[in-house]
Amino acid sequence: MMYKQIERNKRHTVFIVAGFIVFVLAVGAAITYLMAGEIFTGMILALVLGGAYTAMMLMSSTNVVMRMNHAHEVKDGSEHRRLWDAVGNMAMVARIPRPRLFIIKDSSPNAFATGTSPEKGAVAVTTGLLDRLNHEEIEGVIAHEVAHIRNYDIRLSTIAVALVSVVAIISDLGIRMMFFSRGGNNNNKHPIMLIFALILVIIAPLVAMMIRMAISRNREYLADASAVELTRNPGALARALEKITGVSQPVSEASGASASIYFADPLKRKTAQLFSSHPPPQERIERLYNM
Amino acid sequence: MGTGIGIAILILLIVIIGGIAILAITWFTSYNRLVKLRNWVEEAWAQIDVQLKRRYDLIPNLVETVKGYAQHEQETLTQVIEARNQMNNPNNSRNEQMAANNQLEGMMNRLFALREAYPDLKANQNFQQLQEELTSTENKIAYSRQLYNSTVRDYNTKIQSVPTNLIAGVHNFIQQEMLETPEEQRENVKVDFNTGDRS
Repeated sequence: MMYKQIERNKRHTVFIVAGFIVFVLAVGAAITYLMAGEIFTGMILALVLGGAYTAMMLMSSTNVVMRMNHAHEVKDGSEHRRLWDAVGNMAMVARIPRPRLFIIKDSSPNAFATGTSPEKGAVAVTTGLLDRLNHEEIEGVIAHEVAHIRNYDIRLSTIAVALVSVVAIISDLGIRMMFFSRGGNNNNKHPIMLIFALILVIIAPLVAMMIRMAISRNREYLADASAVELTRNPGALARALEKITGVSQPVSEASGASASIYFADPLKRKTAQLFSSHPPPQERIERLYNM
Repeated sequence: MGTGIGIAILILLIVIIGGIAILAITWFTSYNRLVKLRNWVEEAWAQIDVQLKRRYDLIPNLVETVKGYAQHEQETLTQVIEARNQMNNPNNSRNEQMAANNQLEGMMNRLFALREAYPDLKANQNFQQLQEELTSTENKIAYSRQLYNSTVRDYNTKIQSVPTNLIAGVHNFIQQEMLETPEEQRENVKVDFNTGDRS
Protein backbone atom coordinates (compact mmCIF):
# COMPACT_ATOMS: atom_id res chain seq x y z
CA MET A 1 0.00 0.00 0.00
CA MET A 2 2.69 2.42 1.10
CA TYR A 3 5.05 1.70 -1.82
CA LYS A 4 2.17 1.72 -4.28
CA GLN A 5 1.18 5.18 -3.09
CA ILE A 6 4.73 6.45 -3.53
CA GLU A 7 4.90 5.02 -7.04
CA ARG A 8 1.55 6.47 -8.02
CA ASN A 9 2.46 9.88 -6.67
CA LYS A 10 5.74 9.94 -8.57
CA ARG A 11 3.91 9.09 -11.80
CA HIS A 12 1.38 11.84 -11.24
CA THR A 13 4.10 14.39 -10.65
CA VAL A 14 5.88 13.60 -13.92
CA PHE A 15 2.60 14.09 -15.80
CA ILE A 16 1.79 17.33 -14.05
CA VAL A 17 5.20 18.89 -14.61
CA ALA A 18 5.28 17.84 -18.26
CA GLY A 19 1.81 19.33 -18.62
CA PHE A 20 2.96 22.52 -16.93
CA ILE A 21 5.85 23.00 -19.34
CA VAL A 22 3.56 22.39 -22.32
CA PHE A 23 1.17 24.90 -20.83
CA VAL A 24 3.84 27.60 -20.49
CA LEU A 25 4.88 27.01 -24.10
CA ALA A 26 1.24 27.19 -25.23
CA VAL A 27 0.73 30.54 -23.53
CA GLY A 28 3.86 31.90 -25.21
CA ALA A 29 2.66 30.57 -28.55
CA ALA A 30 -0.81 32.07 -28.08
CA ILE A 31 0.60 35.55 -27.53
CA THR A 32 2.66 35.72 -30.69
CA TYR A 33 -0.19 34.09 -32.58
CA LEU A 34 -2.50 36.87 -31.48
CA MET A 35 -0.01 39.51 -32.50
CA ALA A 36 1.77 38.17 -35.53
CA GLY A 37 0.01 34.99 -36.53
CA GLU A 38 2.93 32.69 -35.80
CA ILE A 39 3.70 30.59 -32.75
CA PHE A 40 7.42 29.81 -32.62
CA THR A 41 8.73 33.16 -31.41
CA GLY A 42 6.39 32.98 -28.43
CA MET A 43 7.38 29.43 -27.61
CA ILE A 44 11.07 30.27 -27.68
CA LEU A 45 10.45 33.41 -25.65
CA ALA A 46 8.52 31.43 -23.03
CA LEU A 47 11.23 28.76 -22.94
CA VAL A 48 14.08 31.23 -22.45
CA LEU A 49 12.20 33.33 -19.91
CA GLY A 50 10.99 30.25 -18.03
CA GLY A 51 14.44 28.66 -17.99
CA ALA A 52 16.19 31.81 -16.81
CA TYR A 53 13.65 32.56 -14.11
CA THR A 54 13.64 28.98 -12.82
CA ALA A 55 17.44 28.91 -12.68
CA MET A 56 17.44 32.18 -10.76
CA MET A 57 14.92 30.90 -8.21
CA LEU A 58 16.78 27.62 -7.77
CA MET A 59 19.97 29.49 -6.94
CA SER A 60 18.49 31.62 -4.17
CA SER A 61 19.78 30.10 -0.97
CA THR A 62 18.37 28.41 2.10
CA ASN A 63 19.48 31.37 4.18
CA VAL A 64 17.13 33.68 2.31
CA VAL A 65 14.13 31.43 2.99
CA MET A 66 15.08 31.09 6.65
CA ARG A 67 15.55 34.83 7.09
CA MET A 68 12.19 35.38 5.42
CA ASN A 69 10.58 33.19 8.06
CA HIS A 70 12.63 34.56 10.98
CA ALA A 71 14.29 31.26 11.82
CA HIS A 72 17.45 30.85 13.87
CA GLU A 73 19.76 27.91 13.47
CA VAL A 74 20.47 25.16 16.00
CA LYS A 75 24.12 24.24 15.51
CA ASP A 76 24.52 21.16 17.70
CA GLY A 77 22.70 18.73 19.97
CA SER A 78 23.32 20.56 23.25
CA GLU A 79 19.97 22.33 23.09
CA HIS A 80 16.84 20.60 21.78
CA ARG A 81 18.59 17.26 22.12
CA ARG A 82 15.70 15.04 21.08
CA LEU A 83 14.77 17.18 18.12
CA TRP A 84 18.41 17.13 17.02
CA ASP A 85 18.48 13.35 17.36
CA ALA A 86 15.21 12.95 15.47
CA VAL A 87 16.58 14.94 12.51
CA GLY A 88 19.77 12.84 12.51
CA ASN A 89 17.88 9.56 12.75
CA MET A 90 15.43 10.40 9.99
CA ALA A 91 18.20 11.62 7.67
CA MET A 92 20.12 8.43 8.34
CA VAL A 93 17.19 6.16 7.48
CA ALA A 94 16.46 8.26 4.38
CA ARG A 95 20.16 8.07 3.40
CA ILE A 96 20.61 11.81 2.99
CA PRO A 97 23.12 14.11 4.71
CA ARG A 98 21.91 15.61 7.98
CA PRO A 99 19.88 18.72 7.08
CA ARG A 100 20.51 21.97 8.96
CA LEU A 101 18.01 22.61 11.73
CA PHE A 102 16.22 25.89 12.40
CA ILE A 103 13.74 27.01 15.05
CA ILE A 104 11.06 29.64 14.54
CA LYS A 105 9.72 31.40 17.63
CA ASP A 106 5.99 31.09 17.03
CA SER A 107 3.31 29.49 19.13
CA SER A 108 1.44 28.06 16.14
CA PRO A 109 2.66 24.47 15.58
CA ASN A 110 4.17 23.94 12.12
CA ALA A 111 7.34 22.96 10.25
CA PHE A 112 8.88 23.18 6.80
CA ALA A 113 11.85 22.01 4.77
CA THR A 114 13.93 23.78 2.15
CA GLY A 115 17.00 23.23 -0.02
CA THR A 116 16.94 22.30 -3.69
CA SER A 117 19.06 19.19 -3.16
CA PRO A 118 19.63 16.87 -0.18
CA GLU A 119 23.12 18.38 0.32
CA LYS A 120 21.58 21.80 0.88
CA GLY A 121 18.65 20.56 2.93
CA ALA A 122 17.32 22.39 5.97
CA VAL A 123 14.39 21.80 8.30
CA ALA A 124 12.63 24.40 10.41
CA VAL A 125 10.13 23.83 13.22
CA THR A 126 8.18 26.32 15.31
CA THR A 127 8.44 26.41 19.08
CA GLY A 128 4.69 25.82 19.13
CA LEU A 129 5.29 22.43 17.55
CA LEU A 130 7.82 21.50 20.25
CA ASP A 131 5.43 22.60 22.97
CA ARG A 132 2.34 20.80 21.76
CA LEU A 133 3.57 17.56 20.24
CA ASN A 134 5.18 14.58 21.95
CA HIS A 135 8.42 13.07 20.74
CA GLU A 136 6.85 10.44 18.51
CA GLU A 137 4.69 13.01 16.77
CA ILE A 138 7.60 15.42 16.31
CA GLU A 139 9.56 12.55 14.81
CA GLY A 140 6.70 11.97 12.37
CA VAL A 141 6.72 15.62 11.29
CA ILE A 142 10.52 15.62 10.91
CA ALA A 143 10.24 12.43 8.81
CA HIS A 144 7.71 14.22 6.58
CA GLU A 145 10.10 17.16 6.08
CA VAL A 146 13.10 14.91 5.50
CA ALA A 147 10.99 13.04 2.93
CA HIS A 148 10.36 16.35 1.13
CA ILE A 149 14.13 16.87 0.94
CA ARG A 150 14.85 13.32 -0.20
CA ASN A 151 12.10 13.39 -2.82
CA TYR A 152 13.43 16.68 -4.28
CA ASP A 153 10.04 18.25 -3.57
CA ILE A 154 11.57 21.62 -2.79
CA ARG A 155 13.24 21.75 -6.19
CA LEU A 156 9.95 20.76 -7.80
CA SER A 157 7.87 23.35 -5.99
CA THR A 158 10.48 26.03 -6.70
CA ILE A 159 10.21 25.19 -10.39
CA ALA A 160 6.43 25.37 -10.12
CA VAL A 161 6.55 28.78 -8.41
CA ALA A 162 8.93 30.07 -11.09
CA LEU A 163 6.71 28.82 -13.90
CA VAL A 164 3.65 30.45 -12.33
CA SER A 165 5.52 33.75 -12.25
CA VAL A 166 6.63 33.34 -15.86
CA VAL A 167 3.08 32.64 -17.00
CA ALA A 168 1.87 35.70 -15.11
CA ILE A 169 4.58 37.88 -16.66
CA ILE A 170 4.12 36.78 -20.26
CA SER A 171 0.33 36.79 -20.21
CA ASP A 172 0.38 40.27 -18.72
CA LEU A 173 2.89 41.34 -21.34
CA GLY A 174 0.76 39.77 -24.06
CA ILE A 175 -2.43 41.54 -23.00
CA ARG A 176 -0.69 44.91 -22.87
CA MET A 177 0.90 44.45 -26.26
CA MET A 178 -2.41 43.45 -27.83
CA PHE A 179 -3.84 46.84 -26.95
CA PHE A 180 -1.01 48.57 -28.75
CA SER A 181 -0.97 46.37 -31.83
CA ARG A 182 -4.62 46.89 -32.69
CA GLY A 183 -5.47 47.17 -36.37
CA GLY A 184 -2.61 44.96 -37.51
CA ASN A 185 -3.08 42.58 -40.38
CA ASN A 186 -5.38 39.75 -39.42
CA ASN A 187 -5.38 37.93 -42.75
CA ASN A 188 -3.41 34.86 -41.80
CA LYS A 189 -5.25 34.10 -38.53
CA HIS A 190 -8.05 31.63 -38.12
CA PRO A 191 -10.94 33.23 -36.14
CA ILE A 192 -11.56 30.19 -33.90
CA MET A 193 -7.87 29.87 -33.13
CA LEU A 194 -7.81 33.58 -32.40
CA ILE A 195 -10.58 33.29 -29.80
CA PHE A 196 -8.98 30.23 -28.31
CA ALA A 197 -5.62 31.98 -27.99
CA LEU A 198 -7.23 35.04 -26.45
CA ILE A 199 -9.03 32.98 -23.81
CA LEU A 200 -5.85 31.08 -23.06
CA VAL A 201 -3.85 34.26 -22.47
CA ILE A 202 -6.53 35.70 -20.20
CA ILE A 203 -7.10 32.68 -17.98
CA ALA A 204 -3.46 31.50 -18.03
CA PRO A 205 -2.39 32.95 -14.64
CA LEU A 206 -5.33 31.30 -12.93
CA VAL A 207 -4.70 27.93 -14.53
CA ALA A 208 -0.98 28.14 -13.71
CA MET A 209 -1.83 28.78 -10.06
CA MET A 210 -4.14 25.76 -10.06
CA ILE A 211 -1.43 23.51 -11.52
CA ARG A 212 1.07 24.72 -8.96
CA MET A 213 -1.29 23.97 -6.11
CA ALA A 214 -2.08 20.55 -7.54
CA ILE A 215 1.64 19.74 -7.53
CA SER A 216 1.96 21.00 -3.98
CA ARG A 217 -0.97 18.90 -2.75
CA ASN A 218 0.30 15.84 -4.56
CA ARG A 219 3.72 16.11 -2.92
CA GLU A 220 2.14 16.37 0.50
CA TYR A 221 0.56 12.94 0.11
CA LEU A 222 3.87 11.56 -1.11
CA ALA A 223 5.78 13.06 1.81
CA ASP A 224 3.26 11.56 4.24
CA ALA A 225 3.70 8.13 2.69
CA SER A 226 7.50 8.44 2.68
CA ALA A 227 7.50 9.63 6.28
CA VAL A 228 5.75 6.42 7.27
CA GLU A 229 8.35 4.48 5.33
CA LEU A 230 10.97 6.11 7.57
CA THR A 231 9.28 5.89 10.96
CA ARG A 232 6.99 2.88 10.42
CA ASN A 233 4.57 4.73 12.61
CA PRO A 234 1.59 6.15 10.68
CA GLY A 235 -0.43 6.74 13.85
CA ALA A 236 2.02 9.28 15.26
CA LEU A 237 2.06 11.34 12.08
CA ALA A 238 -1.73 11.24 11.90
CA ARG A 239 -2.00 12.48 15.50
CA ALA A 240 0.55 15.21 14.76
CA LEU A 241 -1.56 16.30 11.83
CA GLU A 242 -4.68 16.32 13.98
CA LYS A 243 -2.97 18.49 16.57
CA ILE A 244 -1.46 20.91 14.06
CA THR A 245 -4.59 21.42 12.01
CA GLY A 246 -6.67 21.59 15.16
CA VAL A 247 -5.00 24.90 16.04
CA SER A 248 -6.72 27.76 14.21
CA GLN A 249 -4.04 30.34 14.98
CA PRO A 250 -1.81 31.07 11.95
CA VAL A 251 1.99 31.20 11.96
CA SER A 252 2.55 34.95 12.23
CA GLU A 253 6.14 34.78 10.94
CA ALA A 254 5.16 32.84 7.82
CA SER A 255 5.33 34.80 4.60
CA GLY A 256 2.72 34.14 1.95
CA ALA A 257 5.39 33.24 -0.58
CA SER A 258 6.61 30.31 1.48
CA ALA A 259 3.21 29.05 2.65
CA SER A 260 3.15 26.02 0.42
CA ILE A 261 6.37 24.60 1.88
CA TYR A 262 4.95 24.27 5.39
CA PHE A 263 3.82 20.97 6.91
CA ALA A 264 0.25 22.25 7.03
CA ASP A 265 -1.10 25.53 5.68
CA PRO A 266 0.52 28.10 8.03
CA LEU A 267 -1.91 30.87 7.11
CA LYS A 268 -4.96 28.76 8.01
CA ARG A 269 -6.81 30.10 4.99
CA LYS A 270 -10.23 28.92 4.01
CA THR A 271 -9.93 28.59 0.25
CA ALA A 272 -11.48 26.35 -2.36
CA GLN A 273 -9.74 23.00 -2.77
CA LEU A 274 -8.45 23.95 -6.23
CA PHE A 275 -6.44 26.86 -4.86
CA SER A 276 -5.20 25.43 -1.56
CA SER A 277 -1.57 24.48 -1.16
CA HIS A 278 -2.29 21.48 1.07
CA PRO A 279 -4.75 18.62 0.76
CA PRO A 280 -7.59 18.61 3.31
CA PRO A 281 -6.15 17.27 6.60
CA GLN A 282 -9.00 14.80 7.05
CA GLU A 283 -8.04 13.18 3.76
CA ARG A 284 -4.36 12.99 4.77
CA ILE A 285 -5.23 11.52 8.15
CA GLU A 286 -7.52 8.97 6.56
CA ARG A 287 -4.82 7.88 4.12
CA LEU A 288 -2.35 7.53 6.97
CA TYR A 289 -4.67 5.29 8.94
CA ASN A 290 -5.18 3.16 5.84
CA MET A 291 -1.47 2.43 5.44
CA MET B 1 29.78 -9.23 -55.77
CA GLY B 2 32.90 -9.07 -53.66
CA THR B 3 31.74 -5.81 -52.14
CA GLY B 4 28.38 -7.40 -51.24
CA ILE B 5 30.07 -10.08 -49.14
CA GLY B 6 32.38 -7.46 -47.68
CA ILE B 7 29.42 -5.35 -46.50
CA ALA B 8 27.70 -8.43 -45.06
CA ILE B 9 30.80 -9.33 -43.07
CA LEU B 10 31.14 -5.75 -41.89
CA ILE B 11 27.53 -5.67 -40.66
CA LEU B 12 27.98 -9.01 -38.92
CA LEU B 13 31.11 -7.71 -37.23
CA ILE B 14 29.37 -4.55 -36.08
CA VAL B 15 26.48 -6.61 -34.68
CA ILE B 16 28.83 -8.93 -32.82
CA ILE B 17 30.97 -6.12 -31.41
CA GLY B 18 27.87 -4.14 -30.50
CA GLY B 19 26.39 -7.16 -28.75
CA ILE B 20 29.56 -7.74 -26.76
CA ALA B 21 29.74 -4.09 -25.83
CA ILE B 22 26.15 -4.05 -24.57
CA LEU B 23 26.76 -7.23 -22.60
CA ALA B 24 29.93 -5.81 -21.08
CA ILE B 25 28.26 -2.55 -20.11
CA THR B 26 25.34 -4.39 -18.52
CA TRP B 27 27.80 -6.58 -16.67
CA PHE B 28 29.85 -3.65 -15.36
CA THR B 29 26.88 -1.57 -14.25
CA SER B 30 25.19 -4.50 -12.53
CA TYR B 31 28.43 -5.44 -10.80
CA ASN B 32 29.01 -1.88 -9.63
CA ARG B 33 25.45 -1.65 -8.36
CA LEU B 34 25.94 -4.85 -6.38
CA VAL B 35 29.19 -3.57 -4.89
CA LYS B 36 27.48 -0.33 -3.90
CA LEU B 37 24.59 -2.16 -2.25
CA ARG B 38 26.97 -4.50 -0.41
CA ASN B 39 28.93 -1.51 0.87
CA TRP B 40 25.70 0.10 1.97
CA VAL B 41 24.86 -3.01 3.98
CA GLU B 42 28.27 -2.85 5.68
CA GLU B 43 27.90 0.85 6.29
CA ALA B 44 24.46 0.32 7.81
CA TRP B 45 25.92 -2.31 10.11
CA ALA B 46 28.72 0.07 11.08
CA GLN B 47 26.02 2.56 12.14
CA ILE B 48 24.54 -0.03 14.48
CA ASP B 49 27.97 -1.03 15.73
CA VAL B 50 28.87 2.53 16.70
CA GLN B 51 25.73 2.80 18.81
CA LEU B 52 26.20 -0.63 20.37
CA LYS B 53 29.74 0.37 21.41
CA ARG B 54 28.47 3.65 22.77
CA ARG B 55 25.98 1.82 24.90
CA TYR B 56 28.60 -0.71 25.94
CA ASP B 57 30.75 2.14 27.24
CA LEU B 58 27.91 3.89 29.05
CA ILE B 59 26.68 0.89 31.01
CA PRO B 60 29.49 0.67 33.62
CA ASN B 61 28.83 4.31 34.55
CA LEU B 62 25.16 3.59 34.94
CA VAL B 63 25.82 0.52 37.07
CA GLU B 64 28.22 2.51 39.28
CA THR B 65 25.68 5.25 39.76
CA VAL B 66 22.86 2.86 40.63
CA LYS B 67 25.13 0.90 42.97
CA GLY B 68 25.60 3.93 45.18
CA TYR B 69 21.86 4.21 45.80
CA ALA B 70 20.56 0.66 45.61
CA GLN B 71 22.93 -1.82 47.21
CA HIS B 72 20.16 -4.38 47.57
CA GLU B 73 19.76 -4.76 43.84
CA GLN B 74 23.06 -6.59 43.45
CA GLU B 75 21.46 -9.35 41.41
CA THR B 76 20.02 -7.01 38.79
CA LEU B 77 23.33 -5.20 38.52
CA THR B 78 25.25 -8.45 38.02
CA GLN B 79 22.81 -9.51 35.33
CA VAL B 80 23.24 -6.23 33.48
CA ILE B 81 27.02 -6.63 33.52
CA GLU B 82 26.71 -10.22 32.33
CA ALA B 83 24.42 -9.23 29.49
CA ARG B 84 26.85 -6.47 28.57
CA ASN B 85 29.78 -8.88 28.44
CA GLN B 86 27.85 -11.19 26.18
CA MET B 87 27.39 -8.40 23.69
CA ASN B 88 31.10 -8.20 23.09
CA ASN B 89 31.73 -11.73 21.84
CA PRO B 90 33.42 -11.30 18.45
CA ASN B 91 32.40 -14.77 17.26
CA ASN B 92 28.71 -13.92 17.38
CA SER B 93 26.78 -13.49 14.16
CA ARG B 94 24.98 -10.21 13.65
CA ASN B 95 21.69 -11.69 14.69
CA GLU B 96 23.27 -13.16 17.82
CA GLN B 97 24.74 -9.77 18.65
CA MET B 98 21.32 -8.24 18.27
CA ALA B 99 19.78 -10.93 20.47
CA ALA B 100 22.32 -10.14 23.21
CA ASN B 101 21.52 -6.50 22.69
CA ASN B 102 17.79 -7.15 23.11
CA GLN B 103 18.44 -9.00 26.32
CA LEU B 104 20.56 -6.16 27.61
CA GLU B 105 17.83 -3.74 26.72
CA GLY B 106 15.32 -5.64 28.84
CA MET B 107 17.79 -5.63 31.73
CA MET B 108 18.33 -1.93 31.46
CA ASN B 109 14.65 -1.20 31.52
CA ARG B 110 14.60 -3.00 34.86
CA LEU B 111 17.47 -0.83 35.99
CA PHE B 112 15.63 2.32 34.96
CA ALA B 113 12.52 1.11 36.76
CA LEU B 114 14.50 1.16 40.02
CA ARG B 115 14.29 4.93 40.12
CA GLU B 116 10.68 4.60 41.27
CA ALA B 117 11.80 2.67 44.36
CA TYR B 118 14.74 4.98 45.08
CA PRO B 119 13.75 8.66 44.92
CA ASP B 120 17.34 9.76 45.55
CA LEU B 121 18.45 7.86 42.49
CA LYS B 122 15.70 9.45 40.44
CA ALA B 123 16.91 12.90 41.50
CA ASN B 124 20.56 12.15 40.75
CA GLN B 125 21.81 14.38 37.96
CA ASN B 126 24.25 11.81 36.68
CA PHE B 127 21.58 9.12 36.55
CA GLN B 128 19.20 11.37 34.63
CA GLN B 129 21.87 12.26 32.15
CA LEU B 130 22.89 8.64 31.63
CA GLN B 131 19.30 7.65 31.14
CA GLU B 132 18.85 10.37 28.56
CA GLU B 133 22.02 9.28 26.76
CA LEU B 134 21.03 5.63 26.76
CA THR B 135 17.51 6.35 25.59
CA SER B 136 18.89 8.39 22.72
CA THR B 137 21.32 5.58 21.86
CA GLU B 138 18.47 3.09 22.03
CA ASN B 139 16.48 5.16 19.60
CA LYS B 140 19.43 5.38 17.24
CA ILE B 141 19.93 1.63 17.39
CA ALA B 142 16.29 1.11 16.45
CA TYR B 143 16.59 3.36 13.41
CA SER B 144 19.99 2.06 12.29
CA ARG B 145 18.52 -1.39 12.48
CA GLN B 146 15.64 -0.37 10.29
CA LEU B 147 18.09 1.13 7.82
CA TYR B 148 20.12 -2.08 7.90
CA ASN B 149 17.09 -4.21 7.15
CA SER B 150 15.84 -2.07 4.29
CA THR B 151 19.35 -2.01 2.81
CA VAL B 152 19.65 -5.79 3.08
CA ARG B 153 16.24 -6.11 1.48
CA ASP B 154 17.33 -4.05 -1.53
CA TYR B 155 20.59 -5.97 -1.78
CA ASN B 156 18.90 -9.37 -1.60
CA THR B 157 16.26 -8.36 -4.14
CA LYS B 158 19.01 -7.33 -6.53
CA ILE B 159 20.86 -10.62 -6.05
CA GLN B 160 17.74 -12.64 -6.75
CA SER B 161 16.45 -10.79 -9.79
CA VAL B 162 17.37 -11.34 -13.45
CA PRO B 163 19.95 -10.65 -14.86
CA THR B 164 21.88 -9.55 -11.78
CA ASN B 165 21.52 -12.99 -10.23
CA LEU B 166 23.97 -14.37 -12.84
CA ILE B 167 26.56 -11.71 -12.07
CA ALA B 168 26.03 -12.13 -8.34
CA GLY B 169 26.58 -15.88 -8.76
CA VAL B 170 29.82 -15.51 -10.71
CA HIS B 171 31.30 -12.92 -8.36
CA ASN B 172 30.16 -14.65 -5.24
CA PHE B 173 27.76 -12.09 -3.81
CA ILE B 174 25.92 -13.91 -1.07
CA GLN B 175 22.58 -13.10 0.49
CA GLN B 176 22.59 -11.29 3.83
CA GLU B 177 20.39 -12.05 6.76
CA MET B 178 17.96 -9.42 8.01
CA LEU B 179 17.97 -8.58 11.70
CA GLU B 180 15.00 -10.09 13.43
CA THR B 181 13.11 -7.75 15.68
CA PRO B 182 10.85 -9.15 18.37
CA GLU B 183 7.51 -7.35 18.38
CA GLU B 184 7.78 -5.86 21.86
CA GLN B 185 11.08 -4.31 20.87
CA ARG B 186 9.42 -1.57 18.88
CA GLU B 187 7.27 -0.73 21.86
CA ASN B 188 10.31 -0.31 24.09
CA VAL B 189 11.58 2.42 21.87
CA LYS B 190 8.42 4.39 22.35
CA VAL B 191 8.34 4.05 26.11
CA ASP B 192 9.15 7.14 28.15
CA PHE B 193 8.92 9.63 25.37
CA ASN B 194 5.64 11.17 26.37
CA THR B 195 7.08 13.10 29.25
CA GLY B 196 7.13 16.10 26.96
CA ASP B 197 10.51 17.45 27.99
CA ARG B 198 12.13 19.25 25.12
CA SER B 199 15.63 19.64 26.47
